[in-house]
Amino acid sequence: MKKKVVLTFPPKIVTQPITYHLVKDFDLIINILRAQVEEGETGRLVLEVEGPKEQVEKGLKYLEERGVGIQAVARDINLNEEECIVCGVCVSVCPTHALSLNKKWELLFDKEKCILCEVCVKACPARVIEVAF
Amino acid sequence: MSIKTFDEINEKIKKGKAVVVTAEEMIDIVKEKGTKKASQEIDVVTTGTFGPMCSSGAFFNFGHSEPPTKIAKAWINDVPVFGGLAAVDVYVGATERSETKGIEYGGAHIIEDFVRGKSLRLKAISPWPTDCYPGKELETFFNKETVNEAYLFNPRNAYQNYAAATNSSPKTLYTYMGVLLPKFGNVTYCTSSQLSPLLNDPYYRTIGIGTRIFLGGGIGYVAWQGTQHNPVKDRNKKGIPLGPSGTLALIGDLKKMNHRFLRGSVFEGYGISLFVGVGIPIPILDEEMAKFTSISDKEIETVILDYSVPSRNRPVIKRVNYQELRSGSVEIEGEKVPTGSITSYLRSKEIAQILKEWIKKGKFLLTEPLEPLPLDTVFKPLEIIKGEEA
Ligand code: SF4
Ligand code: SF4
Repeated sequence: MKKKVVLTFPPKIVTQPITYHLVKDFDLIINILRAQVEEGETGRLVLEVEGPKEQVEKGLKYLEERGVGIQAVARDINLNEEECIVCGVCVSVCPTHALSLNKKWELLFDKEKCILCEVCVKACPARVIEVAF
Repeated sequence: MSIKTFDEINEKIKKGKAVVVTAEEMIDIVKEKGTKKASQEIDVVTTGTFGPMCSSGAFFNFGHSEPPTKIAKAWINDVPVFGGLAAVDVYVGATERSETKGIEYGGAHIIEDFVRGKSLRLKAISPWPTDCYPGKELETFFNKETVNEAYLFNPRNAYQNYAAATNSSPKTLYTYMGVLLPKFGNVTYCTSSQLSPLLNDPYYRTIGIGTRIFLGGGIGYVAWQGTQHNPVKDRNKKGIPLGPSGTLALIGDLKKMNHRFLRGSVFEGYGISLFVGVGIPIPILDEEMAKFTSISDKEIETVILDYSVPSRNRPVIKRVNYQELRSGSVEIEGEKVPTGSITSYLRSKEIAQILKEWIKKGKFLLTEPLEPLPLDTVFKPLEIIKGEEA
């Protein structure tokens, strides 16, 4: 089976080679889709995990025991541009600058940089950012 | 010493000959031509702002039901509205929250939905029926077509400057200035700076009671000085107050407004507000007005306040100008801190542009204030007094 998950690492374990164990001890195929990991800060990884169902479950359980937060992946963050009021509130809270304002003050959304943290979803006053499952 | 009067400018507008530019365009015009030439050539400068303005609301009159029922306690889409007026008038306050959905829906959303033409549910009870109003309760639906009057009446809008916000504490703060990330994680600010109406007429020479304006996509008027009007705030050399100062009370026909410029909004962990679009035309009566309207971000300063101190006197972290704020980051304690706007600069510009087109086409005439806004009132705090001292 294949499973997409968002992993949240508390600062303490950010530097531990956890994904390495997934590969080595659980024989899983790991594809890192997006990552935002800095020492001393909460890290986030968007991963695709592939392997026999049992192994995948065991691997994720191992992560949980180590204090890693696991969320099934929201498939996408959708921004309704038609209804966006271009206030810019989302820009200052987006940890990866996936959301930004250009010189003309238009809002740009670079999905490649988005780590699906969903901070913007709650921060958007006009409620035009949605998680699509 | 005026070189032009309101009447002269209006004559030009009627003939389609007025020269109108936005406050952003005026900056370069004055840089290039100087204030004297600019004041002769330019007739009107348009301004605009589109930001959350909590002190907003609307009056509705529903007409009488059969049997006549006093709408004493009322809810629209589960949001409590104020019925302590004559029988079928209510006031919808923008920040009031839904009893079923909390901050996800409130007074501001009622106003937006009404403008969008949606049907809204009215529920009312009359706990004290009378001979003239025998009905005890009612439940019905209404929309733009069915109500009598519906007008926006905002006690405090278009703040002349506002303090920027940050957070020195280790905790995330949820405020009307947006989410403030811990340890100076971000700075938020809330004006359209060089496009902002009262920053382009800092001593209210042309904006006063009765001024016709762009309001929420329609036409409105300055009704009064806004609540907390505080023109005596310290000002920089350019006359720009260094923080919240002058304000306006605005009124206008809700039925003619457009949801593009009137939007309900939710600030996480804080509550509801209404984004209001305001645009005010400024006549270039003389050189001084040309100079005022050429103000640019660099010359407009404000202070960054630390919202982690829960006091009405929050400490000032530093003084900054809007060029710095709008650059994307400012420096605090040697670190680069990302900045984020709350007011939509893009839509503020759109408002100034629309107003410019209205005036150019002769559809919108300027009004000379009936009364000026006060220049000497002071915003007083509320002291907590115990017992009968008062
Ligand atoms: S916070 Fe929402 S409305 Fe504001 S710019 Fe971002 S997406 Fe648009
Ligand atoms: S979910 Fe939103 S805040 Fe988080 S990275 Fe993606 S765009 Fe930025």
